[in-house]
Amino acid sequence: MLSMWNGDPLFLLQNLVLKDFRIRYRNMSLGVLWSLLNPIVMMGVLTFVFTKVFPNPDRQFPVFVLCGLVPYSFFTVAWSTGTTSIVDSTGLVKRVPLPREIVPIASVLSNCLHLLIQILLLLFLIVAFGNGVNIQWAWLPLLWVLEIIFVCGLSLITSTINVHIRDTRYVVESINSVLFWLVPIFYSFDIISKRYAEYYQFNPLAAMVLCLRAILLHHQAPHPGTLLKLAAVSCGMFVVGLVVFRRWKHTFYEYI
Amino acid sequence: MSIVSVQNVSKFFYRHAGQMLLRQRLVHLFRRSPRERFYALRDVSFAIEHGESLGIMGHNGAGKSTLLNIATSLCTPNEGSVTVNGRVAALLELGSGFHPDLTGAENVRVNAALLGLTRRQAGERFDEIIEFSELKDVIDEPLRTYSSGMTMRLAFSVAINVDPDILIIDEVLGVGDQSFSAKCSERILKFREAGKAMLVVSHSLATLKNLCDWGLWLDHGRVARVGPIREVIEAYEDHGLEQAVANGR
Repeated sequence: MLSMWNGDPLFLLQNLVLKDFRIRYRNMSLGVLWSLLNPIVMMGVLTFVFTKVFPNPDRQFPVFVLCGLVPYSFFTVAWSTGTTSIVDSTGLVKRVPLPREIVPIASVLSNCLHLLIQILLLLFLIVAFGNGVNIQWAWLPLLWVLEIIFVCGLSLITSTINVHIRDTRYVVESINSVLFWLVPIFYSFDIISKRYAEYYQFNPLAAMVLCLRAILLHHQAPHPGTLLKLAAVSCGMFVVGLVVFRRWKHTFYEYI
Repeated sequence: MSIVSVQNVSKFFYRHAGQMLLRQRLVHLFRRSPRERFYALRDVSFAIEHGESLGIMGHNGAGKSTLLNIATSLCTPNEGSVTVNGRVAALLELGSGFHPDLTGAENVRVNAALLGLTRRQAGERFDEIIEFSELKDVIDEPLRTYSSGMTMRLAFSVAINVDPDILIIDEVLGVGDQSFSAKCSERILKFREAGKAMLVVSHSLATLKNLCDWGLWLDHGRVARVGPIREVIEAYEDHGLEQAVANGR
């Protein structure tokens, strides 16, 4: 495909993300409070069920759950907005000769303010529950960047499929609700049988939760093997995403 | 070297391409019925040199917009080739990416980035854009409070200040009131004098006669006539008359 757009992709990306932020937060009277409310309510409900309904002596349980909820909720929201991004921005895709990869990536990144607020909440509660700040926290930025890269890659693929088969978004939503049970959010990674545990870590979301808990609750560096799997799957997904997207992006004009 | 060169371009769409649910995909997969093709463009060729401008005319659905979209690489031709040497600014739809909840100034920044300005260029030209739009007093108000004429003026101001080598205009002239319209025309003429190329689609033959040296008449996706603008417009008008007579009026 000819590239007739010779602007500055980063400048454009920044502008599109900023636009999304502004639109989203300007229309909410409570603004960022909404970003805090959802994880706190979920944490409260899960804590109630798994400490009171099913007795559990773990005093750290609320933050244990939150270590799973924060990456999970970012993943689900970012992935579903990423999936519908191309179809939702018909006006841009059909009318402006911009590099189309930017559309799904911007839509994933525009969830990052929301994510940042939730990460701050998580860190605040970690400290409030008596876990000090430790040197291992230095791993956190890398982990989050890897998760974002993974969602970008996945969204590049599903946004392409969604142009051709509009049911894709519903499939994504179903996968997201199944993932809530498959990712160790309210249970510990230890209960997974040793036989599958190694392979299970190839699920980047599970690896992410595992690493977060090691760092925040056990003050340990993430296991190198887990980290490597997370990095490999995330970067691999991004490359595959770009390849798939570039292969089919010229068909978008006719199908949206 | 031609600044825009389109050679033997054909573009077809499939009928019923609008059905994109899983069920239809599966049915199609198993039945493999041949889909009916519909040609939007057939074997179209033209070239524009620096300082030239081409006006494209034709009835609704003749393929004018498809041709512009192919020239801007928004869609790819099925046959033939397109080469463009230079930076294109397409005024296909003014204000693509404008959002009603953002202020005028915020929309200008997003639109400038979309049209391909770098951070520095956008910063430098920002004041010029606002100046040209004559909307300085309301620039920090949300766009939804603007009248449609004001929105169009803002969009046109961004697009014209991108300073492209090739300007592609799809039926967007006559923006705003008369004085602003005159200002736009003046700016476009200045642009032509600077030796840049232009591709214009319009139903207003007077506009085409004013702006263009060459004309291209598309009829059902084929080139019916190409040449100096006056000749093409004459032929196009004669054809219109003949058809009206043939229809018994």
